[in-house]
Amino acid sequence: MAQNPNRPISPHLQIYRWGPHMAVSIFHRATGFVLATAGMLTLLWWIASIAGGPESYASFQAWVVSAGAEATGLQTAANWFFRLLGLAVTYSFFQHFFSGIRHLLMDLGAGYELTTVRTWSIAVFIAALTATALVAMLVASRFMGI
Amino acid sequence: MGNGTNLGRVRGLGSAKHGGKHWIDQRLTAVGNLLLTSWLVLSLLLLPNFEHETVAAWLAQPSVAVPMILMLVSIFWHVRLGLQVLIEDYVHDDGNKFAALTLLNFYVIGAAAFGIFMVAKHAFTGVPA
Repeated sequence: MAQNPNRPISPHLQIYRWGPHMAVSIFHRATGFVLATAGMLTLLWWIASIAGGPESYASFQAWVVSAGAEATGLQTAANWFFRLLGLAVTYSFFQHFFSGIRHLLMDLGAGYELTTVRTWSIAVFIAALTATALVAMLVASRFMGI
Repeated sequence: MGNGTNLGRVRGLGSAKHGGKHWIDQRLTAVGNLLLTSWLVLSLLLLPNFEHETVAAWLAQPSVAVPMILMLVSIFWHVRLGLQVLIEDYVHDDGNKFAALTLLNFYVIGAAAFGIFMVAKHAFTGVPA
């Protein structure tokens, strides 16, 4: 179909001004992708390692959590990779969780005033970052002796 | 209804009547995920430690194995609906889109079956000696 190139195309992705409303929307999608892939595959690995017995669980711990004093270089690298991944998945979980509650509330028809949309969008980010920080502190104090 | 352009061929036919189910299923599984992941997080926080003995006994209980299986079903169903929209938005070539959606379906069904089997096997037969 021929399109008149002079017609405006909306939104202009390159010159669009970022705001909390659009940020919370694209973060919902991005964090959903992280959870669906990295999050679920790690969870399945953990479940399978429990069912596999003490040795397979120890192997999961050595690769994902900590390999202890006899760690190989590859295991230490894997541990740090999974620690960062764990942080990303934890943040993704809470971001998607709170953003999802926001979507369900908006599906009920609530909160469409511009200021309300803005407030809730910012609240989602604050709640997600706070929850992630709490979990990170809990893990650090309980399992990493920090 | 014309027979020229793609738009002309479908104009006036109305919707395919499939979108409503997709939308409702996404919300239904979203509520399921909210409840079941909240349960998982709280249940994990209440564990005294994460030694194999502890988590193996925890996962073998019916009150843990059943919600875990339900959670896997709800999540992977939600993943299928969500990533389907993602693929439809970003993959424009018909062939690539078909391939990506096929892979997505293989992934969610395969991963869910694997997880459910592992939880069920563990709950039914216990830890291998």
